[in-house]
Amino acid sequence: MLGRTLREVSAALKQGQITPTELCQKCLSLIKKTKFLNAYITVSEEVALKQAEESEKRYKNGQSLGDLDGIPVAVKDNFSTSGIETTCASNMLKGYIPPYNATVVQKLLDQGALLMGKTNLDEFAMGSGSTDGVFGPVKNPWSYSKQYREKRKQNPHSKNEDSDWLITGGSSGGSAAAVSAFTCYAALGSDTGGSTRNPAAHCGLVGFKPSYGLVSRHGLIPLVNSMDVPGILTRCVDDAAIVLGALAGPDPKDSTTVHDPINKPFMLPSLADVSKLCIGIPKEYLVPELSSEVRSLWSKAADLFESEGAKVLEVSLPHTSYSIVCYHVLCTSEVASNMARFDGLQYGHRCDIDVSTEAMYAATRREGFNDVVRGRILSGNFFLLKENYENYFVKAQKVRRLIANDFVNAFNSGVDVLLTPTTLSEAVPYLEFIKEDNRTRSAQDDIFTQAVNMAGLPAVSIPVALSNQGLPIGLQFIGRAFCDQQLLTVAKWFEKQVQFPVIQLQELMDDCSAVLENEKLASVSLKQ
Amino acid sequence: MAAPMLRWVGRGRLWTFARVDGGSCHRRGAPTGSTSNRIRGQSSVAQQPLYTTQKPRKGEHKWAAVVGLEIHAQISSNSKLFSGSQVRFSAPPNSLVSFFDASLPGTLPVLNRRCVEAAVMTGLALNCHINKKSLFDRKHYFYADLPAGYQITQQRLPIAVNGSLTYGVCAGKKQSQVIPKTVRIKQIQLEQDSGKSLHDDLRSQTLIDLNRAEGQLRVDANISVHHPGEPLGVRTEVKNLNSIRFLAKAIDYEIQRQIDELENGGEILNETRSFHHQLGCTMSMRDKEGKQDYRWFMPEPNLPPLVLYDATSLPAGADPQQVINIDQIRETLPELPRVTRERLVQQYGMLLEHSFTLLNEVGLLEFFQNVIKETRAEPKKVTSWVLNTFLGYLKQQNLAVSESPVTPSALAELLDLLDSRTISSAAAKQVFEELWKGEGKTPGQIVSEKQLELMEDRGSLEQLCHSVMEAHPQVVMDLKEGNPRAINKLIGLVRKATQSRADPAMIKEILEKKLSS
Repeated sequence: MLGRTLREVSAALKQGQITPTELCQKCLSLIKKTKFLNAYITVSEEVALKQAEESEKRYKNGQSLGDLDGIPVAVKDNFSTSGIETTCASNMLKGYIPPYNATVVQKLLDQGALLMGKTNLDEFAMGSGSTDGVFGPVKNPWSYSKQYREKRKQNPHSKNEDSDWLITGGSSGGSAAAVSAFTCYAALGSDTGGSTRNPAAHCGLVGFKPSYGLVSRHGLIPLVNSMDVPGILTRCVDDAAIVLGALAGPDPKDSTTVHDPINKPFMLPSLADVSKLCIGIPKEYLVPELSSEVRSLWSKAADLFESEGAKVLEVSLPHTSYSIVCYHVLCTSEVASNMARFDGLQYGHRCDIDVSTEAMYAATRREGFNDVVRGRILSGNFFLLKENYENYFVKAQKVRRLIANDFVNAFNSGVDVLLTPTTLSEAVPYLEFIKEDNRTRSAQDDIFTQAVNMAGLPAVSIPVALSNQGLPIGLQFIGRAFCDQQLLTVAKWFEKQVQFPVIQLQELMDDCSAVLENEKLASVSLKQ
Repeated sequence: MAAPMLRWVGRGRLWTFARVDGGSCHRRGAPTGSTSNRIRGQSSVAQQPLYTTQKPRKGEHKWAAVVGLEIHAQISSNSKLFSGSQVRFSAPPNSLVSFFDASLPGTLPVLNRRCVEAAVMTGLALNCHINKKSLFDRKHYFYADLPAGYQITQQRLPIAVNGSLTYGVCAGKKQSQVIPKTVRIKQIQLEQDSGKSLHDDLRSQTLIDLNRAEGQLRVDANISVHHPGEPLGVRTEVKNLNSIRFLAKAIDYEIQRQIDELENGGEILNETRSFHHQLGCTMSMRDKEGKQDYRWFMPEPNLPPLVLYDATSLPAGADPQQVINIDQIRETLPELPRVTRERLVQQYGMLLEHSFTLLNEVGLLEFFQNVIKETRAEPKKVTSWVLNTFLGYLKQQNLAVSESPVTPSALAELLDLLDSRTISSAAAKQVFEELWKGEGKTPGQIVSEKQLELMEDRGSLEQLCHSVMEAHPQVVMDLKEGNPRAINKLIGLVRKATQSRADPAMIKEILEKKLSS
């Protein structure tokens, strides 16, 4: 039951094959068994069980709220949850309990979903590994998969397998690990520069970033307001569409959500024929750093579309190479502004120093934020200084417009959907990953994903195949703004063609205690 | 104040940057016109004349002062500019604070439609160009009563620009001459108010109130002096002036201070100053409040551009609840005070200063107009009664027009009685005093109860005159011996005997006739 998709388990609930409480307990028990993955910061066991009980009553009375009723979900710990601690994996917000629910959280609850807990991330979602949060790094469940372990055994150079675990990617790595390890059926991530799609690619999941303005950001603790979008992580495209159907729509509390009527629910047709489709391949995305395996899969995917009758075109997004730098300037500037509210006065961490208000601010922020956050605040304030504003911030805004126009031009040339890699390669071991600093890693890892955020477009990462090492590789589809349904429809067709294998974690689940034994040294104290 | 003009409550502010042209010489030596300019980074302040402290001695130059005002006015609204929490004066501290007002992480601003309408209306009233598209910006600084670390305002593209306000300054011996002036308005912008800090020096604590509905008006004045024909001087900014009186005093003081400083070989620093109202002087603010690095203004990413429509640009089928139509607001604009004053002068032959008084007291104009509507009395008579008698009683008891025990209808009836010569002026005053008691009697009832009607019966009046003359032979004698003023004494005695009900002119005529016979 746990390995099923959301749609399948939803049907099982409706048919009475399993009750919401049974399902909830199974997931809770798996969360405990996989605690070493560090996917969750807070497990809301009591809340989930109570919700399950209520859901069960509804099913008994034939009053189910729909596809999500009784479905265990997880939420990244940068979405405000009423009465449940929301930390952003930062000392700054340890102990902060919001008095309200983010709109997306409220919508999930209104549809009867069970909130299993709050998932781990890079501090304030700043990172691409889920390694830089105050609660420690998240481990990729694929590190413990049969597929990966068998390949490792064949490799004579492999070291101690248990200390050689892989990162999930990030920053929504906790959400990705939670879905990938079957502890829930869908999870909310956030996506500012690729934070949902990147870990989805590394964890073999569907990671969907909706169009900016389609889903409310109210209650999402911001990284970059003009680029943040709540993201959806699921095991298949249909599941992502179900969750999107529950979340999409205008919100009076978020003035950037759009009012135009959208087709709801997002029921995806099964495409029988792709001959009317035009797929664009952006030539600038073929970069030297791209691994040969990803490149080859990308090329095979294009061939697949072509062989099935779709038109496949090479297109140009000429400003792509400026994108990462531009993203860095805009991101850090908004970060500097958004982080100003964390001053220790009203909520969150406050230092012991009370010599003066200024001294209190300084010490609170030094103690509350990690190096990555502080570094971005400093850069951002530099770009916002009066003497730098025109040369950096204003220029970056102009470049952002050029990048957005690149996409518009590509779509205007007749392309329906763009096909690109999601990441340069498959997930790397933690020890490998931390050889580079957060900034370098983010610049590399966001290379194919952040331009979409600057343009506000919908994009989805679809798992395609396993690498030679037995690790998932994802490809990204990018759609026209607010053509989310069309994008997901194409993704669904593609998903069906590639038949990506299910992660084999049976061994892990059967033998968790052994793993835990071996993990003691490396694991970080968990907060649950 | 954050809230005056519209319903913006606590958090909204309107900033008016007015710039004035030529100032005028003022007896006290202060320029009357203010002007304004924006807060920072604006070099082009108008050239203005004029201000001389004393007669220039030989070899001395004249000084000219340039003044710009940044006016923060609270919009009168039921809820705040960017949140649904209420605005109410003197509510308990922090009792009207939404999650957004407290800057809880993840909350977003939602623009209050009423505040936008109020800003548009203000812009129209001040002859501004209304920008169909305006933007919001963040102004950053760390301060305990600014919980987000930034303030949302409209720096780059405000809702209204380039306006003007024409007003009159009373001059001349009796202040009866009105000199028209025009002040230029640079821009009007919607801005979120900060909170309020209360410093407890004894305990080294600062208490914060995030209700943010403080006063009605707050002004920052930018002031510089220069010699006419030479470049403008370095300016200072005097912050947080909260009354017109202090504003005038602060400007006068600061102009004089700058002149003295320069004439003594000193220099003016570009700094922020505060006005000490007990000492009547301005002082440099050396704390953080004075010198802030706002960083540069960043666009507010959570509010899309504010788009306004007019009749020509309104999209077909637009939901009236979703769009703001400038032309529609223009239609609801009441008659502006300047127009009203001109109309009063023209229509009723009123003195201009009387028209100012009528408009300056809330509700007085309406009261006046209602009286006019219902009475046959001359407008001049009505003006006199409303401004002297009625307003005098109100002031004496510190009442608002709305609290008056006398209704416009009652006053109108009273003036009709006077106009028809049913009662004398003196009796009318008595009736008014009775009306003020608020016992619900009409003027007619009071007149008949107190028997205050003028004596119309000539025969009885002649009889009365006769009796008075007989009772006061000495006075009659005086008169006959050539003291013409003695007749006034007789008139007074007769009036008294009639309880002021007789027309003094008729008494005089009867007495004279009798004396000469």
